[in-house]
Amino acid sequence: MMDVKTIKKEQSKTGTKVRITGAEAVIHCLLAEGVDTIYGYPGGAIMPVYDELYKFQDKLHHVLTRHEQGATHAAQGYARVSGRVGVAIATSGPGATNLVTGIADAQIDSTPLVCITGQVARHLLGSDAFQETDIIGISTPVTKWNYQITKASEIPEIMAKAFYIARSGRPGPVLVDITKNAQFEEFDFEYSKCTAVRSYNPVPKIDTEKLQQAADLINSAKKPFIIWGQGIILGKAEEELKAFVEKTGIPAAWTILGASALSSSHPLNVGMVGMHGNYGPNLLTNECDLLIALGMRFDDRVTGDLSTYARQAKVIHFEIDPAEINKNVHADVPVLGNVKDALEQILPLLKENKHESWHEVFKAKYAIEFDQVIKNDLYPEKEGLTMGEVIESINEASKHEAVIVSDVGQHQMIACRYAKFNTSKSNITSGGLGTMGFALPASIGAKMGAPEREVVAIIGDGGYQMTIQELGTIFQTKVPVKIVVLNNEFLGMVRQWQQLFFDKRYASTEMTNPDFVTIAKGYHIPAVRVTKREDLKGAVEEMIASEGPYFLEVMVEKEDNVFPMVPTGASVSDVRLS
Amino acid sequence: MEERKTFTISIYSENSVGLLNRISGIFLKRHINIESLNVSGSEIEDVMRFIIVVNTTETWVRNIVGQINKQVDVINTYYHDDEQTIFLETALFKIASHLLFDERQIQNIIKESHSDIVTVARDFFVISKSGRRDEIEELYSKLRPYGIMQFVRSGRVSVSKSEMHISAMLRAFQNETV
Ligand SMILES: Cc1ncc(C[n+]2csc(CCOP(=O)(O)OP(=O)(O)O)c2C)c(N)n1
Ligand SMILES: [Mg+2]
Repeated sequence: MMDVKTIKKEQSKTGTKVRITGAEAVIHCLLAEGVDTIYGYPGGAIMPVYDELYKFQDKLHHVLTRHEQGATHAAQGYARVSGRVGVAIATSGPGATNLVTGIADAQIDSTPLVCITGQVARHLLGSDAFQETDIIGISTPVTKWNYQITKASEIPEIMAKAFYIARSGRPGPVLVDITKNAQFEEFDFEYSKCTAVRSYNPVPKIDTEKLQQAADLINSAKKPFIIWGQGIILGKAEEELKAFVEKTGIPAAWTILGASALSSSHPLNVGMVGMHGNYGPNLLTNECDLLIALGMRFDDRVTGDLSTYARQAKVIHFEIDPAEINKNVHADVPVLGNVKDALEQILPLLKENKHESWHEVFKAKYAIEFDQVIKNDLYPEKEGLTMGEVIESINEASKHEAVIVSDVGQHQMIACRYAKFNTSKSNITSGGLGTMGFALPASIGAKMGAPEREVVAIIGDGGYQMTIQELGTIFQTKVPVKIVVLNNEFLGMVRQWQQLFFDKRYASTEMTNPDFVTIAKGYHIPAVRVTKREDLKGAVEEMIASEGPYFLEVMVEKEDNVFPMVPTGASVSDVRLS
Repeated sequence: MEERKTFTISIYSENSVGLLNRISGIFLKRHINIESLNVSGSEIEDVMRFIIVVNTTETWVRNIVGQINKQVDVINTYYHDDEQTIFLETALFKIASHLLFDERQIQNIIKESHSDIVTVARDFFVISKSGRRDEIEELYSKLRPYGIMQFVRSGRVSVSKSEMHISAMLRAFQNETV
């Protein structure tokens, strides 16, 4: 068997290239990019590549998911915990279209993915051949870049470009579609990594004048406020963020995807912004005199009504993607470039500060939120179990060290609000697309991308059933993920909106669910159901202590709501506590 | 409400197959109608130039240009208003030949409009007119009463008054990578 290292050796010895098939070349490209795990599903148009995967199984771990959507989400989970490029592979036609949801999710959440699809042979393109679909056309709006390879000789250059584009600058998904003839053809293989593309400027240069202007604003602000986003994690700027907030003493809040970049217990970490974010950070966005946005994009779920968002404040926007500047919120001082470098360079220009009285305002708001919301979520006195107390037990049992992978709905908001993190890259969730069904497959990828870490998936009874077949992947690979289903027998988040905004008309949100414990046991996964408070702590501890995969279902109060809440289109000032 | 204006968007790009699709999707998503589109070579070998005309607000055009620029295969994108560019469109009119002799006035119209006769066949002749949209429309309205067999107008082509520095950008890239 020939791996890429032996190939390179031969090249340097003889100066000749190696003659291999396109399919084998795909594997060598993946190995040369340092890929160790890929997620996928075979089929006619990708069979030559699968045949090579069979030969290379000692070098490249292929995980057979139970649906191609699961492959993309698993690749996303892998990418998000590891900071590396996730890889998914599928056949043409339905295999390719099944990838689309995950690709769209990766696009909006800036997750680096390379998706490889098989395609009918070149001579059949455009003939409506069996399982031909225009996946390039379909995926164009949801990829950072895509390309159809029709000859084997294009493979090395395009694969190298795909990985470079996926991970550089603002990361994103790339799709490479490879016709079957290109997989069969032989050609002279030679690989070199891509380091630049002339039409593409992934990291704008930092303008030092802007840094000085930003520093002046920060140094003179009386009530400055930081909101950081996933840019901090993608830019590996966690240390710089910490140094920045500690020197300036500025209260700092996070968007959902920014969670975990700064430890939850850090005294300057004031919580989450957005629709179900914390009371103080939302309210005080409209009281600060300077808003410092670090690697975040002012999503509408963060800002609410733009015409009443932070109008009183000057805005500094640190951002890698020029298209985000002034897109939603006007930036008085835009600082384009890599946020890690920008924060490092601005630090010496900043004055030390404490902003003590301003922090008191945050603390007072927190006290109100604690009294009216948090206390009842985490330490309920009523009989029914709350989602919040489940998260709190997981916090305790995992000592704030778990990677929390959440699905979409009420349980997601509760998980993001209450999960405690000591370590970055620990909150994996579908933020921008809000894809139900994300968490179960993403947790598989997360555990494989960070095997040393505890991975706990928090899923609603609705979303669980969107990708429940991935229990098969967990059973087959024995990947030790801990699955927690918070069962309220409702599509809870939609039901909450129906209650609040549609006079309690619960149209198609109540669910008659199967016996989830029996289903998990059918996959030979140990499974427990908790219905009473006194069993919760013990069950969670047992789950965390277990070696292999584990399923825990918690029956929670059916009609609880998530608060605080900024209703769609409302101002962040109108955040509701009930 | 911000004022709507005509903007000319100039895109310099690699010659890549799917790029037109990517770019048109950016307009589609925002329900912004493309008034005209022209794709051609540019002053630089292997570099394509798109000229897209839209009628919208400056906020939107800035936003769109940001999204276009972000596409990997786009080298750079600019937008200008009509004062900042030299531009024209070209129209072809196919007209029945007998009208030239039956309707003496037509010869005057053609002469006054500074259009060119491209070809004359036994049954028809073709005139071309290059200029601004209103000049073409004026000629159209004058010829229309006599009967036009076919009419077609091209997308806008334009060059900017200020420099766009694409060659310098590409040179800088080469210097950085070698
Ligand atoms: C694929 C998909 N379809 C529909 C929705 C709309 N939606 C958002 S939350 C939600 C309810 C989720 O219910 P469940 O998984 O039980 O979680 P809960 O809110 O009850 O915690 C729905 C239907 C979505 N986000 N994703
Ligand atoms: Mg539910």
